[in-house]
Formats: sequence, structure tokens, C-alpha cells
Amino acid sequence: MADFFKSRLFWISLIVVVIASTLPLYVSGYILGLLTVAYYFGVFAMAWDLLFGFAGEVNFGPTFLIGVGAYTAGILNNEYGWSVYLCIVLGALAAVIAGFVLALPALRVRGPYFGLTTLVAVLILQNFIVVFAELTGGEIGLTIPDVITINAGVNYWIALGFMTISAIILYGLSQSPVGLVLQASGQDPVQAGALGFNIVKHKLAAFVVSAFFSGLSGALLVFYFGTASVGTVVDVAVGVNVIVAAVLGGRRTVLGAALGAIFLIVAGEFLRPTGELATFIVSAVALLVVLFFPGGFLGAALSREARS
Amino acid sequence: MDAPLNTTHVLQVRGLTKRFGGLTAVKNLSLDLRPGEIFGLIGPNGSGKSTAMKAIMGIERPSEGEVVFEGENLAGLPAHKIARKGFGMVFQHSRPLNRQTVLENIMVALLPDSLFMLFADKALTDRAKWIAERVGLAEVMDRRPPTLPFADLRRLELAKAIARDPKVVLVDEPFAGLTLAEVGTFSELIRSFRDEGRAVLLVDHNVKSVAALVDRVLAMYLGEEIVTGRADDVMRNETVRRVYLGGAIETSARPETSFEDSVPLLQVENVSVHYGKAQALENVSIHIHQGEFVSIVGLNGAGKTTLFNTISGLLPYNGEIVRAGEKLRGMTPARIARSGIVQCPESRELFGEMSVRENLDLGGQHLSDQDKDAQMAWLFELFPILKERQNQMAQTLSGGEQQMLAIGRALMMKPKILILDEPTLGLAPVILEQLSKALEKLRQTTPITLLLGEQNVTFALPHADRVYVLEHARIVWEGDPGRFAEEAGTGYL
Repeated sequence: MADFFKSRLFWISLIVVVIASTLPLYVSGYILGLLTVAYYFGVFAMAWDLLFGFAGEVNFGPTFLIGVGAYTAGILNNEYGWSVYLCIVLGALAAVIAGFVLALPALRVRGPYFGLTTLVAVLILQNFIVVFAELTGGEIGLTIPDVITINAGVNYWIALGFMTISAIILYGLSQSPVGLVLQASGQDPVQAGALGFNIVKHKLAAFVVSAFFSGLSGALLVFYFGTASVGTVVDVAVGVNVIVAAVLGGRRTVLGAALGAIFLIVAGEFLRPTGELATFIVSAVALLVVLFFPGGFLGAALSREARS
Repeated sequence: MDAPLNTTHVLQVRGLTKRFGGLTAVKNLSLDLRPGEIFGLIGPNGSGKSTAMKAIMGIERPSEGEVVFEGENLAGLPAHKIARKGFGMVFQHSRPLNRQTVLENIMVALLPDSLFMLFADKALTDRAKWIAERVGLAEVMDRRPPTLPFADLRRLELAKAIARDPKVVLVDEPFAGLTLAEVGTFSELIRSFRDEGRAVLLVDHNVKSVAALVDRVLAMYLGEEIVTGRADDVMRNETVRRVYLGGAIETSARPETSFEDSVPLLQVENVSVHYGKAQALENVSIHIHQGEFVSIVGLNGAGKTTLFNTISGLLPYNGEIVRAGEKLRGMTPARIARSGIVQCPESRELFGEMSVRENLDLGGQHLSDQDKDAQMAWLFELFPILKERQNQMAQTLSGGEQQMLAIGRALMMKPKILILDEPTLGLAPVILEQLSKALEKLRQTTPITLLLGEQNVTFALPHADRVYVLEHARIVWEGDPGRFAEEAGTGYL
């Protein structure tokens, strides 16, 4: 841990965060809004990397956890008018419970079946939202009466602060003894078991942590948008974006995932003038990185360091 | 045997049985380990020794039997609980954490099974350092695993296994992939575990490689114990000799000069293959004449499968492989197979959910209908059982029938050179006899050339015109099967 504060990674991250926090002083509200969304996305991607990069489990349904958090918070606020902050906390808790209930049986099946289970969970949630339209707003989406604030700068700072704190916790966790055991379980479950580690317990814990941050971020995002809709927080395509972001940034790096998410969203926006081509270009870049630099942005840098 | 009676056993295995579906991999196995003893569990490939070790460790759940550790039956507990009771296991293949240092890798093994260990304390680091020194990793403990030589990666496995001071240490093939000098160092390390009062259980293929190290040996075959005793007694045992060397082997070799081609049909010249850092083949040269039956004899891990996969074009190599004057380098595996070099792999690779007939049809897909029918009829004569089983799904066949189907499918491709990799793996003696007869018939009635890889010498010798012995990635002996037993046989006990 102590080494970390001396490492280049720490200083670079610190400088980046400091610079980022000054942005509201001189950039337009439009860019702030874009980055606000990107930061929440960054947390989705980091939470996902904890599962894939460290526990070795591919969660094809990150939006199941995000969606449960987002919709729980939104519905509670809409139905009962409870305070925004209480709704956010309850949204995160709901995601944790949903994640636990999903992972407990899903972790018992091996390999691709875990991924399939998580994918099906997203479809079920999506159907649930459409069917119970009276409660959830259905396909049109749920309008939420309250927001945290309408000030773009404050929203930006909240998102940046939240992402930074999440990054510190998730990265710290990944480098802690528990993170090492998790990584060992992901890489070689048989050997980790023979070293005396309860693999299911560790993976379940990782899933719960991942669920907590996904749900919390989803709930915050809902109160930023003022709406919750399937297209923004539940759809499989959103989940695919989260996965692409994490892989793009670099597996097993946590921080790389946030970079990947910011890149994905910002690049998508800058290419907007190209119209329909934007998605295509971003996807093509993502595909090239995955094919030729499977370590991702940060992964490539880190493994070069490891070999030297 | 002659140890003082007052030493108590630390581990007693009683009637251990492990079944996988209909297959009984371990049958009613019993053994005792005393503290400060090195015990060898020995058997040829497929004899169930590794399964037995995994069942003791809890990686495989035993079907029956007891694993009593210090008076407590642990059978049925998951591996992580058994490990915490005082067991450590050294794996043959390792996947260390590549972004962490050697020291951190050892520290992982020392951590408690807790979700709340967020900071490692200094005592843990000190203990990890001590272990690193203990196994000879002191020099490299701040390096990362990808930069280490193979032997150091094996040391890291030893370090992890003894990290939490286990009373019982299980070691899977301690010397696999090591050079002779390294074998000496590792033997010393394992002896030092014994001297610290640990009970050590080694699993290996043959008695010889561990004879100098073990106090007692249990030899097993087809899942059952043959005999337990001191290494030299076990090596003298009649049944053990028969399992490894066969009884009086009748050979019927044709002399090499009787083959008419002056340039051999297939020449492997100075071929070397590496898997990462481990050398799998080192300057291997062999040749086979048209119509000759050649056996490559070697223990598991010697490099037989690697050699065959190299010939089949599946692995990158240094050196040359020449067939009838034409270099095979650069040809795709599919083209090599089409050209008549057909491998029947050790793992059989049948299409389990297709019928016997469909599997055979796939093998003969490039033949005209007429040729295919003729070849099929000939094949059914060679293996009548396949005719009876035609419409059955391949995965429902017995092990022996599956092997016949695998060979049959290879023969449907009308190979000029047939490569059989360990066809006898895990098969009962009665099946071996049927396979033997089929090979004899191939030899007498067809012009086919055969390359047979075996660790079962009893099966390999009778069918060979010439024998090569492959050991630690190198060819160490070549000659007439009749001279094998006296010149090279001792290595196979």
C-alpha cells in the first residue's frame, strides 16, 4: 500500500483528478453534462472489472445491477416522495440484494453458464419493467419528481467525487489481501481451494461489492437525468457498452475501466457530427483494441512494467 | 513396515473409492502416512493415482471411504476446509499471479480465509520472506513470475504448499519438466520437509524416479493397489514387473534392413519444441521406413504426444520433418492429415453425441461412396464390435470400444502413416488383447506404416520392428525390441 503513494500511477491519477475538478470553472455546461454521465459510466465499468478482472467471472448483465439500483431509487421517490438521498441508499441496497440472490445460485454453475444466467437476468428485469408499466413507467420511462440539483457544475462535482471515491475503494480492494485471494480464485480455482480459500465466498463478496457500486451509480444517474428508462440503464446494449469500456481500458486494472468509459462516451459525442457513423467508428476502435491489444489501454502499460 | 510401533499415523486412508459415472477410477484404496515419512503413490498413466490424491485433498469428492487425519474423518469436506486442517498440495502446473512479485505470491498462500483482511501485517511479510529463503527463492523474491526460469516457478509452488506449515504435503509429479541437476535440488527440498516432521505423499509414474527419495511405495494399476512396501521390494514384485515391463515378451521384429526404401518414409531431424520455458523436445531425431512399425516408449511427460503433435503440424518447432523428400514445415495440420499422416490422439476426440457410424463416416468423408463402403466393410472385419454398435452414440461406448472407434475413424482416412498415441490408456487387459490382434492384422495384411506411442511396454514391444525410448524430451535409446528389457527396461519400473 505504502508503495502505491510513491508510484507513478498515484501521482498521475492525483493530477488528473485535480485538473478535472477545475473544469467547471472554464468549460461549457454541455461538456460538463457529458462528463457527468461518463463518470457514472466509469463506476459501472470499474465495478464490472472487479468481477471479470479479479474474480474471473464474466457478468454479461451489468445492467441488471445498475437497473435494479436505478429503478428502485426512482420508483421509491416517485411513489412515496422519500428524500433523494434515502432513495439512493435504498437503490444501492436493492442492487446488493438482487446481486446476492442472482449470484448465489449462478456461481454454482461453471464457465459460460454464469454469464448466461446474468444475461437472462437482464432480460427478465427488462420485461418486468415493460409489463408493470404503471409502477415503472414502462417503455416510455419513469419521470422522477426530484433531482439532486440542477446546477451543472455541482452535478459534475458530485459525479467526479463519487467516481474518485469509488475508484479509491475498488482499486484499494483489488490490491488488498482480499483482492489477491480473489485474483488467485479467478485464475486457478482448484489451486486456490487447495490453499485453503473458500472460492464461492470470495466471489460472492466480489459480486456484492460490484452490485453495490453499480446500484449506487445507477441511482445517482437517475437523479441526475430526472428520468429512468430501459434504454439508458437496463438495455443489453448499455451493458455491452460497460463491458467494452472495461475491456478497452484494461482488464484487471480497475482504473483503466474508468478511462475506457470516459473515452467511449466522449468519443461517441465528438463523433456525433458523423451521424449514424459515430457508433460504428467507436465500435470499430473498440474491436481493434480488443483484437490487437487485449490488455487494453492501462493493461498494456502495466504489463510492460511487470516484464521490465 | 519396520518403523517403531509407537509412531502414530497422521493420515489414514481407508477404502477410498472414486467413481466417475460408470468408471471406477480408484477402487478401495488404503494407505497410512506417518509424520516424517515420504510415501510414493506410483502407477502408470490412467491408474488412478492422481485421482486418489485429489480425493484425499477434497478436490474430487470421494465416492466411498475415509480420509482420517489425526483421528478425524475429512472425506467429503471441500478442499479449502481440508487445506486449513493442515494439508498442502504442490501442483504440477502453476498459474502464479503475474502482476505480483514472488514474495506477494507466497503471501497469498499465508492469508486467512477472511473477507476483512484489507491490510497485510508485517509478520506475514516476514514469514513469506523466510519461506522464500527456505525454498531458494531469496534472490528473486522481488521479481515477477513471468521473468523466472521454470525451476523457480516450481519452487514457488513448493513455497505456497508449505506456507501454512501443513502436516501433510501432497506433491503431484515432483520432477516433471526439471533437468537432472534440478531433480537433485528438489529431492533435497522434499527430504527437508520430511526432516521437519511432515508427512509427504508423492505421486509419480514409476518407482525408479522416486526410489531414492521415498520411504515406502504403493504401486497401483487400474485404480487398485498392487503392493505396498519399500521401493526395492516393490520393484522386485512380480505383478509390478508385469504391469510395467510385461512378462516374457514375445517380439516379432523385422530387421530394419528388410525394408526396401533406402531413404526412410518419414524423417524427424533434430526437432526441438518449447512450451513457454519448459523444453518438451530436445533435438529429437527418428525415422520410419515404409511399412515399418515403430514404437516410441516413454513415461507420461516424456514428450511423446508433443512429438506426434509436432509431426501432425500442430506445434511450432526447430529442426525439420521430412516425408518422402518433402519438408512438412509450413503445411497446415489439415493438409498433413489429408496427405496420409493421420494421428489418433490419446484423448480420442470422438464426437460423443454422434453415432458410431457417423463418426466413421466423418473419417471417410473424402472417399468416394464405393471406396467408403469397401473401407467400412474391411474395418468392421477388423473390429466386429463396431458393426454391432453402429447406431449407438459414441459416448455410450465402453473405454475399449471408444478406443477401437477412434482407431477405426483414423483408418477410414486410409492413412499411409498411422500415429497411435497411448491407445492402451486406462484399458483392461482383455481389451488390450483385442487391440493387439487388430494391430497384428494391420501389420500382416496392409502396407500401412505405424508410429505407436506407449508407456505400456508390454503392449508396445510385440508390435514393434524398432523401438525408441523418449525420456525427459530426448531420445535416449534406439534398438530392437528384443534387446529393450536388458538395455533400457530398468528405467520402466
